[in-house]
Amino acid sequence: MKQLSSKHYLSETARSIKPSGIRKFFDLANEMEGVVSLGVGEPDFVTSWNICEAAYASMESGYTSYSANAGLLELRQEISAYLQKQFQLEYKAEKEIIVTTGASQAIDIAFRALVDPGDEVLIAEPGFVAYAPIVQLAGGTPAPVPTTAENHFKLTAEQLESHINEKTKMILLCFPNNPTGATLKREELEKLSTVIRRHDLLVLSDEIYAELSYDQSHCSIASLPEMAERTVVISGFSKAFAMTGWRLGYLAGPEPLLQAMLKIHQYTMMCAPTIAQHGALEALRNGREDVDKMVASYRRRRNYFVKASNRIGLPCHMPGGAFYAFPSIRETGLTSEQFAEQLLKEEKVAVVPGSVFGAGGEGYVRCSYAASMEALQTAIERIGRFVEKRL
Amino acid sequence: MNEKELEILEILEGNARTPLATIADMMEMEKQEVEKIVKSLEERDIILNYQAVINWDHVPSNDGVTAMIDVKVAPKREIGFDGVAERIYRFPEVKAVYLMSGAYDLSVQIEGKTMKEVAFFVSKKLSTLDSVLSTTTHFLLKKYKHDGVIFEPEQKDKRAVVSP
Ligand SMILES: Cc1ncc(COP(=O)(O)O)c(C=O)c1O
Repeated sequence: MKQLSSKHYLSETARSIKPSGIRKFFDLANEMEGVVSLGVGEPDFVTSWNICEAAYASMESGYTSYSANAGLLELRQEISAYLQKQFQLEYKAEKEIIVTTGASQAIDIAFRALVDPGDEVLIAEPGFVAYAPIVQLAGGTPAPVPTTAENHFKLTAEQLESHINEKTKMILLCFPNNPTGATLKREELEKLSTVIRRHDLLVLSDEIYAELSYDQSHCSIASLPEMAERTVVISGFSKAFAMTGWRLGYLAGPEPLLQAMLKIHQYTMMCAPTIAQHGALEALRNGREDVDKMVASYRRRRNYFVKASNRIGLPCHMPGGAFYAFPSIRETGLTSEQFAEQLLKEEKVAVVPGSVFGAGGEGYVRCSYAASMEALQTAIERIGRFVEKRL
Repeated sequence: MNEKELEILEILEGNARTPLATIADMMEMEKQEVEKIVKSLEERDIILNYQAVINWDHVPSNDGVTAMIDVKVAPKREIGFDGVAERIYRFPEVKAVYLMSGAYDLSVQIEGKTMKEVAFFVSKKLSTLDSVLSTTTHFLLKKYKHDGVIFEPEQKDKRAVVSP
């Protein structure tokens, strides 16, 4: 096939976006046999059977058409009740909640509705790989705020304040964090919120890992005084309910902002998958016990992996949430990309280099402990052997 | 029974070979403390045994048979069902005995080398006990799940090796 000049045809925006650093490892690792994978950003549980059953039942009953643009009202009501019960957040099902195709789409329509060219969005880094590119796609400018291991990768009010300028419009928060597992306590969020209010910023709070908080219950910044009006909360079913493939998330926030997002959602997506929405209803109604079991299991694996990681010479702070450990690999003298690549080739363990998560990620690797205990033990053995040769 | 004890039981039920040091790491405890709890669970007859779940169908040259037998009994004066059950569970070919509600009283699981051996056990040993009124023997054809473990399916991780 004759190739057209891509430079000529591709949009400026498409050309300016860098491919995800994870992609490179994806191709490399997925072709190899016998890899023990800590490179996965999703639960190792399959979706609970009752949720799958509910989805089958919805198909059998003929619920195979579009839902309302904002999602099934019934589901939005359940989400509203859930947010109230779990996190003391008050959102009305009718106008303040939109069901999306994953938290991913929620992030996309939120930025598209909120940023103009020239607007800067502060992003605490290391952070989820999609944030900065989505801001760019929406025409905004991502402005990284590096967090550090000394602070357990928590964002501090001082760090935040020092990055605010007249172009700063909003800040994206993600706690518990991917990839560091950092969480923020209520007092820490309060300090941030003082700065946020003083500078009149908006907050996009990605709380997809909220349920996976191990040492204390999750506090949402939207639950703090005078914060609900300037915060859009993003969450979804992927992580806590082990439903990554269902593509189901949601937005909750002040009506005027949400109604603008709904316009974008309506024209670009119509609605989230109806069948998945029926599964989600069951998840919210009868899924609590399974969530608690999965959380207990992640907690145990976290404790084991972090301890073992420290023991084999990769210093690692105890992450408070999500299912990632973020050990330092500095002592090996390798960059995080070299470390991940050599480890994969020599010992067949897949981890993700910290550098792909942005500023402050170099010198670390992300290890997902959403893997069986057997896999974790094997991984530790192999990483230990790998590290020993280099220390 | 406290939470720690329950959690240790859960871990060991999942994998009885989990090293004590690993359990200690998983639970943010000292190894000695875990050891003490496990010992106490054993002494209190809560942990009775550490077994492997084996799929004998995958063991070449093994063609033993398992039968589940519904047994109706006349409970004996003084010793009731317990005494009858004891007389049954003492036989080495008996793998399990449960007292049931419903259509019959005892559910007895037998393992034998051949169908004939099982039939022989039922007709010669079980039916002849004076409190046994009737038996119905069901041969087990295939184990799909046993003790919470699924036997056949490929239990492979279906996730991509690396994902966002
Ligand atoms: C922080 C964070 N936000 C959002 C997502 C995307 O979630 P979803 O599957 O709901 O699109 C992920 C997935 O890895 C994530 O780590």
